[in-house]
Amino acid sequence: MDDIAIIGVGLHPFGRFEGKSALEMGVDAVNDALKDAGVTWNDLQVAYGGSGHGGYADSLNSKFGFTGLPFYNVFNGCATAASALIGAATALKSGAADLALAVGFDKHPLGSFEMDPEEWGLKKWYAENGFMITTQYFAMKIQRYMYDYGITRDSLVRVAMKNYHNASLNPKAYRSKALDYETIANSIMLSDPLTQYMFCSPDEGAAAAILCRASDAKKYTTKPIYIKAYGLKSRTYESFEVVSPYKAIQNVPTVVEVAAEAAYKMAGIGPEEIQVAQVQDTEAGHEIMHIAELGLCKHGEQEQLIKDGETQIAGRIPVNTDGGLIGNGEPVGASALRQIYEVCIQMRGEAGAHQIPKPPKTAITQVYGMPGVAAVTILQM
Amino acid sequence: MAEKKQVPIDPELFVWPADNPELLGSKCGECKNVAFPVVKRCPKCSNENLTTVGLKTKGTLWTWTSQMFRPKNLVDNLDPKQFKPFYLGYVELPGEVRVQTRLFVEDSSQLKIGMSMELEIRKLRDESDGTEVMTYGFKPAVA
Repeated sequence: MDDIAIIGVGLHPFGRFEGKSALEMGVDAVNDALKDAGVTWNDLQVAYGGSGHGGYADSLNSKFGFTGLPFYNVFNGCATAASALIGAATALKSGAADLALAVGFDKHPLGSFEMDPEEWGLKKWYAENGFMITTQYFAMKIQRYMYDYGITRDSLVRVAMKNYHNASLNPKAYRSKALDYETIANSIMLSDPLTQYMFCSPDEGAAAAILCRASDAKKYTTKPIYIKAYGLKSRTYESFEVVSPYKAIQNVPTVVEVAAEAAYKMAGIGPEEIQVAQVQDTEAGHEIMHIAELGLCKHGEQEQLIKDGETQIAGRIPVNTDGGLIGNGEPVGASALRQIYEVCIQMRGEAGAHQIPKPPKTAITQVYGMPGVAAVTILQM
Repeated sequence: MAEKKQVPIDPELFVWPADNPELLGSKCGECKNVAFPVVKRCPKCSNENLTTVGLKTKGTLWTWTSQMFRPKNLVDNLDPKQFKPFYLGYVELPGEVRVQTRLFVEDSSQLKIGMSMELEIRKLRDESDGTEVMTYGFKPAVA
């Protein structure tokens, strides 16, 4: 069966840009992707895009020209950009279109996300009681994981340190300053065991990708990158997810484990072939959990792996080479496409100061979105 | 002087006033799953054959954390500048379900995964008409 190929990518820097709308950032990212692919807006036959706070993605039609382009708006929390990518890939695979755009952009207010429980199938009491805040969940999940698998706070600090360091080497990242161990460990406690600098911060940015079927790729580029697997899963009843007043007593594979297994099956490869991973480090604890959920190591092995530097850019299994969410911040509409962008520039050898010494050939990307959605892609050059 | 009126933060969570308060859940007639809070369809098997049940009032601490800054949509009717951190977690009610809950402790040194906890109903806030809105939580079990 014909794979999907990425023939162009674009990224607007992540950070805070006063006076610039998320839509304008989206325009920049799309322009860069179109240029990278050597195509124009008029060549596109379908588009999928999304944003949390930046408005409707199909407003891009008004910026680029009303060509009658079928433009689907999507939203899946932090998995929004992955949903856009999957929508575009599915349209291509079905033959409904030959050239597709996937785009995401966002601009979040300062501070933690404020959410209305009634928009998420919950009742008012949940917010009134002080439970409608995502930072608590991440803390409770890693708290239990540390208990189950012997992970210590040292690992949390090291992961955050790595991602600030990687971001300091990435001119498009939000955080330009590497933070040292003490600064991260001693920053204010937000939700035990997670301190302020262990968390990512919602911010602003945009990313885009131009896709076609693999059989058409050579028309556009000599260096296509193939999406060997893509998929999105939502939670099962028993899995432990954000904003849930209960957790079933049965323990089951997480939604990320389920999505990853399906992706490896679709790609026909195993985790041992993965040479770089871009994962959802909403906070340091989740990077730790996700790398095991993606099969890159066993549960509990992370402590030693991280201490040995194996997840650094020059390590055996580099993770979040551009700084991840901790280093780039989290504009939910864009993040999954930032991960795709980063994999592409790494594979092409264009990552500059944060380049993996031997450009990787096989990569995995993963995002986790509210209220329990996992999206995984496997890319290969 | 009349006693203050006390109401549960949501009447579907627990009945109050009550001498022996319990959290309410839904037992599925088909798959026997116990859900919290009360639901109209079983979240596990989607069946509508449900019975409201009182959940166990004692359990073990499955995980916990602290909330060190004031959630924007907390409703406690107190001066935000006077916010006191609170604790929360999931308590496993044996054979039933793990419930997300406030934990009534003064600081984190009192919390250990696996410890025994028991249900208590406490005031969350005062309304302007004097009504006390009550919430549920778990405290370290008295031996």
